[in-house]
Amino acid sequence: MDWFFAARWSPYIAGAGIGILSWVAFLLSDKPLGCSTAFVRTSGMIETFFRKEKNQDRQYFKEFIPMIDWEWMLVLGIMIGAFLSAIISGSFSLDWVPSHWSGTFGPKAFPRIMTAFNGGILMGFGARWAGGCTSGHGISGTLQLAVSGWVAVASFFIGGCITAFLIY
Amino acid sequence: MFDEIRSHKGLQLVIGLLTGIFFGFFLQRGGATSYNVILGQLLLKDFTVIKIMLTAVFVGMAGIYFMAGRNYVSLHIKEGSAGKTVVGGLIFGVGFAILGYCPGTLAGAIGQGSLDALAGGLPGILLGAWFFTFVYPEVKSKIYPKGYFGYITFPELFDQETYKVVIYFAFGIILFLSLLEIIGL
Repeated sequence: MDWFFAARWSPYIAGAGIGILSWVAFLLSDKPLGCSTAFVRTSGMIETFFRKEKNQDRQYFKEFIPMIDWEWMLVLGIMIGAFLSAIISGSFSLDWVPSHWSGTFGPKAFPRIMTAFNGGILMGFGARWAGGCTSGHGISGTLQLAVSGWVAVASFFIGGCITAFLIY
Repeated sequence: MFDEIRSHKGLQLVIGLLTGIFFGFFLQRGGATSYNVILGQLLLKDFTVIKIMLTAVFVGMAGIYFMAGRNYVSLHIKEGSAGKTVVGGLIFGVGFAILGYCPGTLAGAIGQGSLDALAGGLPGILLGAWFFTFVYPEVKSKIYPKGYFGYITFPELFDQETYKVVIYFAFGIILFLSLLEIIGL
């Protein structure tokens, strides 16, 4: 049982597990694994909560209705699953700044939070523009041999690698 | 049997949650919820993320195409164009490197206690996705049609039998992952 408590598993084991999960999702739910629509639905729900007039007339929210659906529960599940994994392996820790960041930019939390916030804005915007993220396009699209999935994942990594080399 | 499960709304929410719990467990234990690992990948020093993704694609593709051939599952191919997939993908990629998590691994990072994901990344994604809803009609009518290629898959693009293309991709993935191991990445 030592493997169950190990801090890290081989990426091939983790990847195979995710591949098998995709079978389960297609079979039991008729859904590919994907994460980014859950975020825009949440934004819509927050907006609805604060709006005075209740009618949502933006086209986007007619196509992606702000509600808790299968994918929203999936993202909630990811949080819980990662929490359980981290607790079981003893790697859970509350950290404001990742070590790779602090090695270059120092240990202050505020710059890291603001950077993460701004990166998040671009990523959330880009994910909805592209119609998917590293899960929906990067795993589910590619495994179905969708041209859109492979083009998206290439674009993610081209944009990501260039930016990472500019930052570090 | 599957139709009954698939149309049961309450049960679907439970299945979504359970699938997510396993997904989050695998992502965290594989190392993909760590900022250090993701930036290591984007800086081409640590190929953990690519290894996880390509193994998932290898295993997932084999099973999905096996089941699709027997009509147990149907494919869900997304529409693509240069204006949608490439432009959106590049914006995503820039944000991905600045944030250091993607939407799924951000959720996992929150679960493992990364407070930068919770306090910075999460409100950022929610806001960015919300901003997009305002420009969507304009982007959809003016930019999405550029370089349109639609709902196509590689077997259709190459006009080859599906099983052959699955085998080409499977060999390509094995070859690429073997090369990474051989050169020690």
